[in-house]
Amino acid sequence: MQKAAPPSPREGAKRVAPLAPASGSFGVAYGVLAVTAGMGVLAPIVMSATTFAGAAQFAAASVIRDGGSVLAAVGAAVLLNARYLAISVAIAPVFRGSRLRRFFESQLLVDESWAVSQVGGGRIDRRLLIGAGLLLFPCWVGGTALGVFGGDVLGNPKRLGLDAAFPALFLVLLITLTVSRRAIVAAFAGGLIALVLLPVAPAGVPVIAAGAVCLAGLRRP
Amino acid sequence: MSTTWLVVALVGAFTIAFKAAGPVLLGGRELPARMTAAFELLAPSLLAALVVTQAVGGKQAIVLDGRLVGVATAIVAVRLRAPLIVSIVAAAVATALARALFS
Repeated sequence: MQKAAPPSPREGAKRVAPLAPASGSFGVAYGVLAVTAGMGVLAPIVMSATTFAGAAQFAAASVIRDGGSVLAAVGAAVLLNARYLAISVAIAPVFRGSRLRRFFESQLLVDESWAVSQVGGGRIDRRLLIGAGLLLFPCWVGGTALGVFGGDVLGNPKRLGLDAAFPALFLVLLITLTVSRRAIVAAFAGGLIALVLLPVAPAGVPVIAAGAVCLAGLRRP
Repeated sequence: MSTTWLVVALVGAFTIAFKAAGPVLLGGRELPARMTAAFELLAPSLLAALVVTQAVGGKQAIVLDGRLVGVATAIVAVRLRAPLIVSIVAAAVATALARALFS
């Protein structure tokens, strides 16, 4: 980011705050979908608190609603979340303290908290990630509970254009962060791979395949 | 255990493990220089893929809809050096307007 605000959890929360309404209302939408899918009231909330990853939860709930198998639901969700394995290894060096502490802090990793905690050169700041995650977590879980118990109180978040908030955030960060020539090439390659695979590969695969672009960077030290 | 709870438990276990793997097993240690160089490219390639899948992604399809208006608005906002929050709000408002006008 261009602004030189000191990296603190508070700054991380501030950076991701524009997404809080979108995260909360998609949490509501997930709660509504999960109840309609016959998941009951407790399971969707537990899932939001443990899985804490939007797209995978929507995918799993859709498979359950359509009467799909456990394998199909888990497979779809795991494929969507596999990118977190790559991200978690990439950001590992910045975590400090006991194993337990690192474990709990790592659970605050979601696309949005990772994106806003970038400090350039592929590195993130742990405090920014924690602050952003700590703001998004209650939005997502609280939104889910609201959707489960209150139903469709907010209407479709797409009517308010909230689904555009996510690509907008990622794009703004991409533009601000991508300065080196190699990074620009990687961004175009990743975007192109995702676009080509979108219509043909199962959800999640386009993003993982795009992430594999970084393996091209292995050769040059 | 019901299908639902089995799915909740398994997806939760996998996701928690994915997110924890790096920080718990490798936390605090520097990665080899070759890997660091590669991971520098992870942010741009993944962010670009997230932009694409969230802007035009459908059910295994490319779907062009109001989201594109929002993303275009965000690009203009960034070019005008608007703060992050302004760019994101502008994107949502533009998408909502596009949907209200053309649906």
